[in-house]
This record gives sequence, C-alpha cells and structure tokens, in this order.
Amino acid sequence: MKGVAFLGLGILKGMVVTGKNWVRSYFDSDRLITVEYPEAKMQLPENSRNFPFLVFDGDNAEANLRCTSCKTCEKECPPKCIRIVTAKDEKGKPFKHPEVFDIDISTCMSCQICVEVCPFDAIKMDSAYEYAAITRFDALVLTKRELAKPNEYYKKIKPVEAAEVDARLEADRKKKEEASKKKAAANVGG
Amino acid sequence: MSGLLVGDDEKRELLEVSLGPQHPSTHGVFRMNAVLDGETVVKLQPVFGYLHRNHEKIAESISYLASIPYTDRLDYFSSLTNNWAYCMAVEKLAGIEVPERAEYLRVILAELTRLQNHTAFLGFLLGDMGAWGSVLMYAFKERDEVLDLFEALTGARMMCNYFRFGGCRCDLPEGWVVQAKKVVANYPAFLDEMEQLLVGNEILVSRAQGVGILSGERAIAGAMSGPGLRASGVDYDIRKVDSYGIYDRFSFQVPLGDHGDTYDRLMIRFLEMRESIKILEQALGGLPGGEVMNPKVKIRNMRPPVGEAYARLEAPKGELGFYIISDKGPSPYRYRVRPPSLINLTLLEEMCVGLKLADLMIVLGSIDIVLGEVDR
Repeated sequence: MKGVAFLGLGILKGMVVTGKNWVRSYFDSDRLITVEYPEAKMQLPENSRNFPFLVFDGDNAEANLRCTSCKTCEKECPPKCIRIVTAKDEKGKPFKHPEVFDIDISTCMSCQICVEVCPFDAIKMDSAYEYAAITRFDALVLTKRELAKPNEYYKKIKPVEAAEVDARLEADRKKKEEASKKKAAANVGG
Repeated sequence: MSGLLVGDDEKRELLEVSLGPQHPSTHGVFRMNAVLDGETVVKLQPVFGYLHRNHEKIAESISYLASIPYTDRLDYFSSLTNNWAYCMAVEKLAGIEVPERAEYLRVILAELTRLQNHTAFLGFLLGDMGAWGSVLMYAFKERDEVLDLFEALTGARMMCNYFRFGGCRCDLPEGWVVQAKKVVANYPAFLDEMEQLLVGNEILVSRAQGVGILSGERAIAGAMSGPGLRASGVDYDIRKVDSYGIYDRFSFQVPLGDHGDTYDRLMIRFLEMRESIKILEQALGGLPGGEVMNPKVKIRNMRPPVGEAYARLEAPKGELGFYIISDKGPSPYRYRVRPPSLINLTLLEEMCVGLKLADLMIVLGSIDIVLGEVDR
C-alpha cells in the first residue's frame, strides 16, 4: 500500500525503550509510581479541595459557628446545592445564625465559589474525600452537625491559608474594638 | 432509522452500522452511523448530543462568576484554557485590565494545559490503533506531573476553576515555580523517549500515513482549527494571529504539516509540545512579581455594560471562543460557546469516506475531540 519497508527496526527500538523501563523499575524508585490505595495514601497539597465545611471557633460547634446565615453562598452556588434556614428566637425574630445548613454533596461540584464569596470566612474547602455511602439520598446530604469543624482542623489541613485568615480576622476584631472604644469615649465626652 | 441507507437502485449490498454511543474508541458518548460496503466506509453520519448538559442556557440564568466552574466541564482535559477564554470575553465586555503577573500565570498554565492535553492525546490515539495500555501509561505518568502542579496551585487536578475576571484566584504556593521548572526541564526527555517508542514503528507508520487525508483548502472551508488545521499545512495559530494575552513577548514557532494525514496530525502534537516547552521556559524565567488580581474588580454581582463581546484563544484542540451579550443584567443575555471539537468533527465524513472501518477510529482519534465540548 505505502512505501514502508517492514523491517521491524522501529518496533525493536520501541521494545528497547520498554525493556529499559522494565529493568529500571527494579532499581529506580522513580519508576514505581503506583500508590497502593487504600493501604497507602498520597500526601495532598495544601490547596487541594473537595467539599466545603463550616468553621467554628473554640469548642462549641453550635454557638461559635462563624456562619451568620447571610445566604450569600446559597445565592452564588452554581449548582444550588446549599440550603440555609435562618434561626429565629422565641419571639420569631431572626438572628444571625443558621437553623439549617445543608450541603448536598451529590450535587456539589467542588468549585469553591462559596468560599470566595463568604464575607465572614465561615465556609472553607475540606480535603477529605472518603464520603462513600450505601444509601443514595440522606447520607449524601451533609447537615450542619457534620459540616461544622473546629478552626484547629482548618489550621491542620491548610496551615498557610488558615494563618492568613486568622490574622485578617484578628485585625478586623481589633479595628472594631478600637472603633467602639472611640465611640464610647466620644459618648462619655459628649 | 436514520435515513442514511441508500436506495434500492444501488447495486452494491450496503450495511448500516451504528458505532457507539457506548463504544470504547469514540472517546465518550458519541455515535456514528456508518454505511459500509464490505469494510469500506461509503457514508458516515456523526450523531451527537448524548452528553448535552445545557451549559449555554444555564449560563444565561446564573451570575457571571458562577459560569466559570461550568466552563471547566466543557473540555475537561483543558479546563484552564476554557476558564481563560470565558474570562477574556467578560474582561473584553466590561473593559477590565489584567495585571502583568496574572498574564504570565495565564500563559504558563495554558501552555502546561497544552502539554498535558497533547500527551494524553498521544496515549489515546495509540490506544485506538491497538496499542492499548502501554503508551497511555507512559503518557499518563508524565501528564500526572503536570496535574500535580495544577492541584498544588488550584486545588483540583482537572476542574481547576482558577482564572477570574481581572486576574487569577490566588497566588502561587511556595516552591511551585521550582517544581514547574523541574517538570518542564524533564519533558523533552519524555518526548524523546516517546518518539523513540513510536515514530519509527512500522505498524504505526503503515496505519497512519496516508490515512484520513484532509487538504488545507477543505480544512479551511470546514472552519477547522488547531493542530488539525496546521497538520494540513495552513499557517494559522491564534497565538500568533491575535497574539492575545502576552504571547507576542515569547519567541516560538508554529509547526506545520505537509500531507494532512493522521500521521501528520500525530507528529504535529510532538512539535507543538516542544514549542510549548520553549514558551514555558521563557515565561517561567521572566515571571514578574506583583498582584495577581486587579484590585478594582468586584467579581461578585458583576453587571457589564450593555454590549457584546467575542473572545477567542488557541485552546489545545483549536479555536475556543466565547460570545456574550450583556443587557446590564446580573447574568448574560446571550451566551454562546464556539467549541473547537464540534467544528473539527464536522469534517469527519470527508476524511473517512473510502477508508476501512478500522481506520475510522484512528481518524476520529486524530481529530482529538472531547464530548463534553462537542455536546456542551
């Protein structure tokens, strides 16, 4: 059909490459790239992201949740997998706390837009990935209780990013304190 | 039936075969209705739409920002170039400037994307030719190095979602440039090995040379773009034609093919990867400091002024364009993607008529399609 003489030299050359790699795999650990999951796991980079979680300070997951139920993430979420219901006190007046905060991780596409738009650094990306479930519905909807994780956990999985966030929050808090002090001083003076 | 079958007056005995949508070498859920005379292809009708996800209509109902993760899922092999093309269109529409460092990062990531896309392409095409497994594993081993870089920077290996209007989402983590330089420095050795493995191989040569010839004239008439067009000898690379971003600062060549056959389409990828490495070396060496995000831009609640914009770039598979019309609302009034895979695919019948059925798969593989982009 075409003018290629079938001498097999090209094939032999290719075989030499394969052979070299095979022999080297016995001596060179760079050639053994397979990680035997689940016995061994790869070290994930800090930026690695999977599903979001909610950050709380201190040790009370319910009271110290950073989320103020402003619903910015719910509005911005591209596949609309977040559901928030604002908490109400006895008189029926809403206050800044989520009564319900659900993320349907079967719909979530791990885009981290919720993290970017959150004005309170309350939602962050987790790098945990073993979420397999044996039921199709409820098990894949993470509720507030499952989503809430302490700031220490955040610091552990993303040390650099968490340090930045902590510094920023601390600066904001100080600014606010000073402002309120000034205000109080002005009130006393007036 | 599809209406492809030839009338009774035909003397030959023809057979209509439906290939796909669940066929391992159709690269996704793609179907071809082929009319065969013996083993020779007489007619071919591509059938697509099995992976339609309504991307364009969804984009018209969500905010400008929320479309970026959806663009990742068009051509899922090269999410970063998709992000860039979309951001470029919005930046054009809203008149947003991009800082210098972000422009460099965009070029670096786009070229890394091209590297890993073409590397995977080699593996898949050789898989179509019957060398299933070994070449793909060589390719994926190297591609993983690039994906590790993506993960360290963007957090995801494939759905990167990294570029934003007016820059990039975050700055490089520590040690990234060193690692990237290492990966780029190791790449030529991998390409040499790959060439040794493949280029002279008689089976590859006799299966690929002279198969699926597309003349430059017909490629232009069919609006083909990307490596497939250049393999037919047409000198058209949007990086050179538009020199979008900062591509005019780097010296690189546009490799061209002679024959426009499958072999040329394969080899042109090797040459393009070598040029990409050149660009990467220059860009990584000259990476300036500074901001990665234009501080004036608020990515939330974006409402670009009334108008329309079309932005295009040279994605690994060809010309990727985004056309957006804004009516100053929170989401685009009209949103349209010009996907290279779909338009390159329209020339499939022309390349395949007269070939054997087994060659059909190779020609399809050599166009380099991703069904996420064909069907959107």
